Amino acid sequence: MPETAAIGEVFEVKVMIQHDMESGYRRGQYGERIPRNIIQHFRCRYLGEQVFASEFFPGVAANPYLSFLVRAQRSGEFVFEWEDQHGKVWRRTVGLAVQ
Amino acid sequence: MKRKHPTLSRRTAVRGAVAACLSGLVPISVWGSPEDADLAIAEHFGADKPVSNGRVTVKLPPISENGYSVPLEVLVKSPMNDTERVVQVAVFAEENPLAKIASYNFGKHSGPVHIQTRIRMGGSQRIRAVAELNDGSLWSGYAFSVVTLAACVL
Repeated sequence: MPETAAIGEVFEVKVMIQHDMESGYRRGQYGERIPRNIIQHFRCRYLGEQVFASEFFPGVAANPYLSFLVRAQRSGEFVFEWEDQHGKVWRRTVGLAVQ
Repeated sequence: MKRKHPTLSRRTAVRGAVAACLSGLVPISVWGSPEDADLAIAEHFGADKPVSNGRVTVKLPPISENGYSVPLEVLVKSPMNDTERVVQVAVFAEENPLAKIASYNFGKHSGPVHIQTRIRMGGSQRIRAVAELNDGSLWSGYAFSVVTLAACVL
């Protein structure tokens, strides 16, 4: 995402996380089922409010990539959060300066 | 004499994967049908809500060489202001073992709905996207893609 934006400007946010998104439908070398292990939730907060959220299922490709649009209001922080099925959370924070 | 460590070689892995895909290891019933997608939509948004066609544009490549990662784009026509806005979009695959692929929620500061992501496709099929507006109405659109190499069992 850009570092700066004008008030009311619509800009694109692109996020990607490295994760296998093991679907649970695949079989291993000996025909055993490989257990499902996926990221289930993605959340993006801006100015303390949820601006975008997503729920993932096994149909989402490995290393989930997402792009969405946000309207700039005022300077603030973007908090990106991913949560897997075991409750493990990955968090990244990025600042946006609005002129 | 040192024994060869019994790790998984590339050859065995490839053989195993091909065998698993070709043999009957995977019951046919894991694959879905358009009715499953209808069911999944009803389950996700609540039963007996009418779904209208229109407003939603789904973009997929006409031919996907690899079903493991297919670029998907969803656009919804909406002013996204206080009176009319998109609350949620969900994407469904008719033939995947699990019809629901993902859902997306939009907040107050969201721009126009234009999402891009990558999905898995277990075969040539329609991908449907359903959008829910703040007045509760449902709108849908779809796109078809021919998948040359299906995501075996996703």
